[in-house]
Amino acid sequence: MCLGVPGQVVEWLDRDPVFGRASVEFAGVRRVCHMACVPDAEVGEYVIVHAGIAISRIDAEQAERLLDELRTLDMDDELPPPTAAASDDATAGERSP
Amino acid sequence: MKYVDEFRDTRAARRLVDDIRRTATRRWVLMEVCGGQTHSLLRHGIEEELRETVELIHGPGCPVCVTPAEDIDLAQQFALREDVLLTSFGDMLRVPGTRKSLLDVRAAGGQVRIVYSPLDAVALAQKHPDRQVVFFAVGFETTAPATALAVRQAEQLGLENFALLVSHVRVQPAMESILRTPGNRVEGFLAAGHVCTITGFDSYVDFVREFRVPVVVTGFEPVDLLQGIRECVRQLESGRAEVTNCYARSVRREGNRHALVAVEQVYRIADVPWRGLGVIPSGGLRLRPEYARFDARRRFEDTGCEEELPVITTPDCPAAEVLAGRMRPSDCPQFGSRCTPDSPLGAPMVSSEGACAAYFRYRTPAVDASQPAGASQQEATR
Amino acid sequence: MTESSWQPGCPVPIDGVEPRITLAHGEGARLTRQLIDTEIRSRFRSAPLATLPDAAHVEGTGGRIAVTSDSYVVSPLFFPGGDIGSLAVHGTVNDLAVSGAVPRWITLSLILEEGLPLPVLQRVLDSVARAATECAVDVIAGDTKVVPRGAADGMYLNTTGIGTVIGSPPPGPQAIQPGDVIVVSGPIGRHGMAVLCAREELAFDPAPRSDSAPLTDVVKTLLRVADGNVRTIRDATRGGVSAVLHEWADASELSFRLDEARLPVSPDVRGASELLGIDPLYVACEGTLVAAVAPDVAEQAVEALRRHPQSAGAAVIGSAVERTICPVTIRRTLGREQPVDEPTGAMLPRIC
Repeated sequence: MCLGVPGQVVEWLDRDPVFGRASVEFAGVRRVCHMACVPDAEVGEYVIVHAGIAISRIDAEQAERLLDELRTLDMDDELPPPTAAASDDATAGERSP
Repeated sequence: MKYVDEFRDTRAARRLVDDIRRTATRRWVLMEVCGGQTHSLLRHGIEEELRETVELIHGPGCPVCVTPAEDIDLAQQFALREDVLLTSFGDMLRVPGTRKSLLDVRAAGGQVRIVYSPLDAVALAQKHPDRQVVFFAVGFETTAPATALAVRQAEQLGLENFALLVSHVRVQPAMESILRTPGNRVEGFLAAGHVCTITGFDSYVDFVREFRVPVVVTGFEPVDLLQGIRECVRQLESGRAEVTNCYARSVRREGNRHALVAVEQVYRIADVPWRGLGVIPSGGLRLRPEYARFDARRRFEDTGCEEELPVITTPDCPAAEVLAGRMRPSDCPQFGSRCTPDSPLGAPMVSSEGACAAYFRYRTPAVDASQPAGASQQEATR
Repeated sequence: MTESSWQPGCPVPIDGVEPRITLAHGEGARLTRQLIDTEIRSRFRSAPLATLPDAAHVEGTGGRIAVTSDSYVVSPLFFPGGDIGSLAVHGTVNDLAVSGAVPRWITLSLILEEGLPLPVLQRVLDSVARAATECAVDVIAGDTKVVPRGAADGMYLNTTGIGTVIGSPPPGPQAIQPGDVIVVSGPIGRHGMAVLCAREELAFDPAPRSDSAPLTDVVKTLLRVADGNVRTIRDATRGGVSAVLHEWADASELSFRLDEARLPVSPDVRGASELLGIDPLYVACEGTLVAAVAPDVAEQAVEALRRHPQSAGAAVIGSAVERTICPVTIRRTLGREQPVDEPTGAMLPRIC
């Protein structure tokens, strides 16, 4: 239960501890989100929003660390590097269950 | 979409799948207890892809499915009151209570309004001082901070026309209940990443010690889920049972302090019934006495069913078995035939996040031979 | 009718003192005539409306005629990108256009709820008039009824559209072959998302806009380039692209395979649908068509469409294959085929 979507803090509208709100951008739309649980979030940072409230500030470093690890996994396999198109041609062959 | 697309990357997902297959020397049984994770596992074909390597059991992670029918009935009673505007998350509208759903009640003239956030319900209460706005507060610990905040806002605004029908549930007691049930086969857990975002994962330290099963805090995108599964498998392969955080970009060990404070202030832990599972000790939340005036159950005490409605348990719906992970949706004899999203026999098929509904929607074409669901009444876009 | 059925996004400031539609307006007597005079005939100046016969007579061209009928019951009445009026015209015109006809005439029947403020009606009719001019169609006949308070959610519209068939129109879904390519003329799910967000007041900024628009030119572009190689065209309305493909699967007895990575989705719909947990495949469009074309013209067709401003976002989204168990499937992250069910029931935002 937990559809939480990452969005970028665009502008703080109110910094009150209970009524704090900011405009947060998700891909192509912005919505005013309640920020009482992330009062220290900065403009430009990403937060995860669930049911209209931001529940965490995304740790960019941790995210990058995970993605790096995945790239390493990639190299270990000694397969040709990913093509820029990043299509799923490389994975098109279905493994039979 | 940043922090979403990178974690849906096909190549990365494929690499993780390969790694999991290489790591596992036997087929492990894992459970996730979060409807959002169930949805994602099925939608991205992860369950199917790993079928030979890992058995994924879908736990009672869909709060919409486990909200007691009696609470849904109560919400409907409120909606039918002249003075009340019942507000709710969209997920709840189609789930039947004892007899009908909130959608049915709306069609019959009940005032039911979907909101995306409980804070929108507070705004509605401000906008309509002549109406009593009741918010149907369902959901796990992820959602409790939002509803707690709603109460705090209403309190500070001095609103007398805002109330909550609280039906929040807590994940960890349900996990314990599952592990204690005879016949339990779960060997490792993927812990709900957004629940842990709020609660942190300290509470799982004693849990893993007591039950000797790994608990891996896991996110929701395919890469996150596969990472979590991989970590769980690694632990099981090496005989470890630890708490690990594979969703570190969102989850901290101590959780979200501000959210926890808000929840602590407004709610107390309570023994509550879960639909299909019975009462789970410490399995839910209720308003503290200091906030009793915001409790819809108290405010509208005169509302209630006139007669004792028989609890309709369709004998053919083994919801309890499915929710506790003892039966796969596709193993249910009614799955896809008598029971479909269009004609559901129980809650897990009604809610779009229920294990049965998710299974139905994302089943592999070759595996399932049931008829596609027919189109039913659409809401007008014309 | 709750006031909210038309209020969200209603550009007309209602202050409680403006005139309203009453049951008497629907009685067929003096008030009806007055209403028609001041509101209908003032805006629609076709020959038949000038004399108000019981039936309109128009000059045909001697060839085949195309006829379509639609009702419009959208709520709220006004939404970003359109309103029930423009929607009625565009929707009717599009049904004619995708069948290979030139839209010529429209009838307009109004079912008005008692208590509807007159300025709201006027605003809708203005919109109908503008759209009709834009689409070069004449409103030639109609009807007005008033129903008691509580019915009709403000207003319902019904239209019949008539067009003339030119050349050889696309044969239809039964002509689809395995290997045929499925093309959409633009990003999907815009209209349904716009209406949902407006109705539930979800407060996105920018508010997702409906793609409600006439498809006449887009169809012309497609047919000109792929002449003879277009099997069938549909505008993807209720139930979205998924609904269209299910109908085609029935008619053609083939299956359709989609590729998630290729579905065009505009950023605002993407953001809104992620937040709400709704899949754009099931969401209505109103100015976006789906076409099945022969494989050797697919690339040309998409290129030509992209050169037209209205279909700049055109894309290939999948292809037809021999029938399998599932009529419509989609390939997602791990490359597995998954069923795309027929849409069932209202789109509801989820939090799970």
